[in-house]
Parts: sequence; C-alpha cells; structure tokens
Amino acid sequence: MRIGTLLCVRRFSYVQSFATATLGLIILFLSFTPSANALPAFARKYGLRCSACHETWPILNNFGLKFRDNGYQLMNDHDAPIWQNPSYWPVTFRITPIWHRLSSLNSVDTYTNVSTTLPEGTLAVQRITSSGFDLSGLDFHTGGTLEKNISFYVLPSSDPTATFHFETVMARFDNLFGSSWLNIKVGRFELNNLLSEKRMVQLTGNGGIYQTYHFIPVGDGNIFGQMGSNQLGMEYLGHSYNDRTRISAALLTSSDGNENLITGANTYNGFFTFDQGLDLGKLGVDRLGAYAFVGEAATYYRTSSGTPIPGSGITNKGFSREGFTGQFYFGAHFDVNFVTQHGSDNAWFGQGYGNPINPGSAENGIPSCPTSCLANATPGTTLPLGSQAPTWNGYTLEARYVYSPQLIFIGEFEAERMSRQANGPGYVPGFTGPNGITGAAPSNLGNINNYDGLIRYNPFMTSRAGMALQAEYNVFHQVGTGPMGANTNTNELLLGLDFDF
Amino acid sequence: MNAQLMRWLRLLAVLGFFAVPTLVLAQLTQSQQEEWLHTPAVASHIGNLTGNANSGTVKYDYRRYCVGCHGELGDGNGEVAQWLDPPMWPKPRDFELAIFKCRSTPTGTLPTDEDLYDTIGRGLDRSAMPIWNTFTNQERADLVAWIKHFSPRWQTEKAGTPIQIPPEPEITPDRVKAGQDVFARVQCWKCHGVAGQANGPSASTLTDDQSRPIAPFNFTDGSRPKCGSTDQDIYRIFMTGLDGTPMPSFADNIKPEEAWDLVFFLRTLQPHNQYNKREKEIAKQLNLKPLNALKLSQ
Repeated sequence: MRIGTLLCVRRFSYVQSFATATLGLIILFLSFTPSANALPAFARKYGLRCSACHETWPILNNFGLKFRDNGYQLMNDHDAPIWQNPSYWPVTFRITPIWHRLSSLNSVDTYTNVSTTLPEGTLAVQRITSSGFDLSGLDFHTGGTLEKNISFYVLPSSDPTATFHFETVMARFDNLFGSSWLNIKVGRFELNNLLSEKRMVQLTGNGGIYQTYHFIPVGDGNIFGQMGSNQLGMEYLGHSYNDRTRISAALLTSSDGNENLITGANTYNGFFTFDQGLDLGKLGVDRLGAYAFVGEAATYYRTSSGTPIPGSGITNKGFSREGFTGQFYFGAHFDVNFVTQHGSDNAWFGQGYGNPINPGSAENGIPSCPTSCLANATPGTTLPLGSQAPTWNGYTLEARYVYSPQLIFIGEFEAERMSRQANGPGYVPGFTGPNGITGAAPSNLGNINNYDGLIRYNPFMTSRAGMALQAEYNVFHQVGTGPMGANTNTNELLLGLDFDF
Repeated sequence: MNAQLMRWLRLLAVLGFFAVPTLVLAQLTQSQQEEWLHTPAVASHIGNLTGNANSGTVKYDYRRYCVGCHGELGDGNGEVAQWLDPPMWPKPRDFELAIFKCRSTPTGTLPTDEDLYDTIGRGLDRSAMPIWNTFTNQERADLVAWIKHFSPRWQTEKAGTPIQIPPEPEITPDRVKAGQDVFARVQCWKCHGVAGQANGPSASTLTDDQSRPIAPFNFTDGSRPKCGSTDQDIYRIFMTGLDGTPMPSFADNIKPEEAWDLVFFLRTLQPHNQYNKREKEIAKQLNLKPLNALKLSQ
C-alpha cells in the first residue's frame, strides 16, 4: 500500500471515528434528555412539572392561568409557606444571551467602502447591517405566598448595562371571604392581558413587545395608554372556581408605570377585562374576551422658569383602547391567539401634548429635544387648524405549534393601521405643529407590519432549572418613521439562549 | 489487554447485569400496556361521555400534566416523585396497582369511571395532586381511560358496584351523641385523636400499604377531606374505606344509621364551614366535650 493511500485510509478512519463519536454523543445527549419542564421557583414548591402550568415556559396554559389567578396557589391546603422546607427560597434568575444580526435603514453621510455615487458628506438613507453577541439583561423573579391567600411578586430587572429597576412589585390578597370572585392586587404589575407581553418568548426588540399594546400615532404625546407596560395601581380580579369566567378592573395612575407622579397629578385610568373559557371537548378550553382601557392624562404642566414642574399636570384629556382577545386551541398541539384594538386619543395628544417623560421623543417619529421643549398646553393655547383626534385599528395574531412542551414553533403577525391622522386634511399646508409633522399627514403614516417567527427548544428543563435554545427571525416595517421620511424597515436574525435557574 | 481496560469491562458487566433486566422489564410492561390500550376495557363511560385512551390528545395531556409525578409507566415514579416526602407530601399513586383511595365501590374493588373522573376534577387536598378542573369534560374522561391502561386489573376485573347511601336523616342531639359513641366504639380516636386533631396514640405509627408514613385526617384544621366534603362523601369514606391506607371500611362494623350519626358527630369537630352550622349549634347546646382518652384506653 502506498503511503498516500495509507494516510487516506487513516484520515478516513479518523473522520469515521469522529463522526461515530459525535453521533454517539448526540444519541446519548438525546437519550438522557429528561422530558421535564419547570419554572424552578414554583415547581420546586409544588413538585409539579413546569409543563403543567406553561404551554412552554414562560407562556401560561389554562392551568397556569388558574394558578396565577388563585394568587400562585394550587389550593391544596399546602399553599402557605409553613408547609415549605425551610431551605426553600422562591427565586428564579433569568438571563438571555443572544447573537443577532440586525439590518436597518439609517441616515448616513460617510461612504467609505460603500458602493455609491454620492459625494462624501451628503446625507442619504443607507441600509446598515451589524451583528454580534449581545445580552438582553437579567431578571430576578421572586414570588410566592406569605400566608394562605396572601402572595407577592417582586421582579428586579436589569437592562444590558446592569441598571436595575423594579419591573414588578406587588402584593395580592386572594379569595377574600372565601370567594374566588374577590381578589385584590396592589403595586406595580402587569395588566390582566390574556395574551401576556411579559410572558412572550420573542427575543427581538421589535417582536419583544406586542405593537398592538404600545402603538401610538406618529407625533402623539400620549404614552399612558400602553397596556403592555406594567402599571401602578390596584386591580380587582374575579374568577369562577374553575377559572372559566374571568373579570378584572384596574384603577391605575396615568403614569405608564413611572414612579414619583412625574407625569401629572390626579389623573387615572381604568383597565377592564372579561373573558370566558368554552369547553370545546377534544379541542380544549378556548377563550374569548374583551377589554377596554380608558382614562385621562394631563396635557399642561405648570412651569418654573420655563421648565415643567413634575406632578403639576392639569388640563386632562381622554384616551381609550378597546378590543377583543381570543385564545383558540385546536387540540393539544396547535393554538391561535389574537388581540384586536381600536384606539383613540384626544386631539391634544395627537398634536404631541402630554408626554413629559420623553418629550418629542425620537421614537414617536419626531426629533428628540430636551425636557424644556415639552409641548405644553398652556392656557390660551389653541390647536392648529385641521387638528383632529387620531384613531386607529390594529391586531396581533400569534399561532403556536407545540410539538411538545420542549419544542415550540411560533409565528406572529401584527398590523397597525391609522384610520384618522392627528393632522387632518384641513391642516395648514406647510405648518409644522407641536407633533413635528408638516401639514396634513398621509393616511398611512405610522402604519406597522411586524412579522416574527421562531423555534424554541428546551433540551432540558427540570423542576430545578431550565434552558431554551431559540432561533428567531423578525421583519418590522413602519410607514414614514424612518430616517429622512423613509419607512422604517428592519430585519433581524437572532440565535439565543434563554435560561433560568 | 491492560488492567484499566479490564476494570472498565468489569464495571460495564456489573452495570449490564442490573440494567438489562430492568430495561427488559420496563419494555415488557410498556408493550403490555400498549396492548391494553386498544382493549374495550379501558374505555371510560361517564354520563354521556365516552373516554378514549386512543384519542390522540390524551397521551399528550398525560405527558404534559401527569407524567412528572405518575411516571411514563404510571408506576408513580415520575421525576418529581423523589421530592415528595410523605406524610406531608404523599407519594404519587401507582396506577399499575390500580388501588385507589376515593371510590364509591366496596373496599378491594376497582373504582367506577366516575370516581376517577371526580378525583381528577377535585384534586386531593394535602398532596401534590392539584384540582384539575381546567380540563374539558372530554379530556378528563379520556384521561380516565388512559389511567386504566396501566394496570392488568382493568382487563380482568370489573369496577365494583357503588354502595347505596340511604337518605340523610334529620340531625338531632341524640344522633350527634350517638355518633360520639360510634367514634369511641370503632376506635376512630386511636388515629384521629379524641378531639379529631390527628394525634391519636396510633397516629405516629401509621403507614400505607407500601410502608410509607401516612398521617390521619385532622378534622380541626379546616382541611377538606380528600374524597369530598359533603355529608354523603364522608359517609362513603366510612363504608368504602380508603384503599391503600390504614383507613379501613366499616361497612361490616357499623349500620347505615350509625354511619350517619358518625357523620354528624365528626361535623362538630370541624371548624365552622358551610356544612356544619346545625351540628355546631347542637354541640354547643349539648356542651359536647371530647372523649376521655385515658378512659377509652382502659
């Protein structure tokens, strides 16, 4: 045998061995993959699999919803902490390191290594693609019962720069007078949304929120109607014993969850929900519901040397969001969730009045400016001619194929459509109002299309810890809010880890 | 062959000696259960509902909600069973044995489909078994059928005939006192304690039929009885017993009217609830005192 042949055979043998070993490892890995799923904090307490409460962690199924509605209790006479092992500590850490590739439009005036005929220094819209490893922050979930029917949830959360804030701080008083129809929650908490934004698994910045829950017309100054944000207030929740019927009413400060009453004074809003579970036999328990979010917020802040005084808001104006929600299971593996919304803001909000947190925020499609340039409806201010109350319609559709609690496929589509712009047809041509938009706005300004698709796999998730591998792709499109009047158009590929322990 | 290799081979041989029979046994059990799955005996019938163990979704539901405790083979050895420490957290039911606490049928017999259906929906207090009333009725009926495919007993035995519960008589002070006499005579106090506080002389020694510690029911702490809270449910427990536990059936020891007397007396031991308003009034009126344990022991 020639040496070359010998080397070739030996190399083949190495390759074969490597392939066999790899295959063996994969088989071994898959063989020993436990089929458990559990959120450690509660799963440890009750000895239940996470899949009992979660469609896939952290999305709740009907049983998980009932567990939460009962104040994190199974109602089995072992709910009080007195029954727990003294070493039990109801804490879960969650962190999501990712790699992502983001492509978006930017206004650019440097053209090194870019094929363009534009002279250097000319501002133009260019697509920029960047990629790298990233981190979405760290959450410390802690929650549980303090006594039977009294529970708490605290969630200190950090952004990627390790700046902490309290995402959730609340106490619950459940089953008052022995009735499941009397439950009270106080503090900062997530609203009773059937499709929970805080439990979504999407990692992208665009799909990581439901656009329907946060949509604001371009230039609009009303930040208070964002039903996806955790809010400050108190909530009444009532539900039937088996949780088929659920109602809630929350009284909230119009602050979008921000502390210190800086967004106004004596302004409140209410969030009301109702949903009914229907026994559809083999299909499962499907839900249909409705919600309304109505309230007022200040548009005028008294000033000191020209600077608005926090908490001094008056001249309250109204807003509303209302819609339907649904959760339809088609057997054990497939379900479709939807939320619709009809939104309406007072014309003053439409002109940019109201937002003292991020006045003239770039996110709302108008250039950012310091606090002092807050659009302030001082006495005597009149609305520009042609101003009107903006209204819009939108929906979120999320379909999930749950192969098993460990493997889930999710497809999400959202559409937001303006039906009436704040700058109506009669808006003075060429006039730039407080919302920063010149003249009458095009009818489709601010319309959104958002597409998101992901695969999430939990190679393991025991009652002590869990980890998910996720691949996701997102496309986000918004009319007229990109650089230099172009559309916002981003697409993002994400590969991430989501683990809790 | 070097010594190290030999050591590895020996280790493998020892592991194989234990692992292979275990795996074969598990495989055999599984293949038998697969066969039972397709027999008419496992179908469940609850009112108008027919539960099907081959419904397509039931296996998935079992895997999602039940397998963590009851295990793939229904043998009660799910992954979290190890964390459940009796008597505070009873071990999960072994469906292979088909021995169930909550039955409407005589002791030693199989429960009816309704019994299992009700247990799933009611849950078992003071255990890790939650109230699974979030399933649809059909899903619950299918799960009953699925549970029945784990044990050969369902292939060879029929469910017992539910016991007859006579109509509940009117409560009188005499009946409550008579109930206390029954409580003393059949020695309920030995486990449950003279005041029903689960502190009788035998309480600390009790074990279930698999020699695991088990605690008697405490009537005074407001807990709900495992197999239902109504008067009929409590009556049923005396007459059927809780199979697999030290709580026997008293069907041969007490007459139906005596069983009702006992129900009324036990209601006086419970804190105020929706079921015992009249009994508590009578106890107060009679100035009913707990039995004297010392006297009873003599």
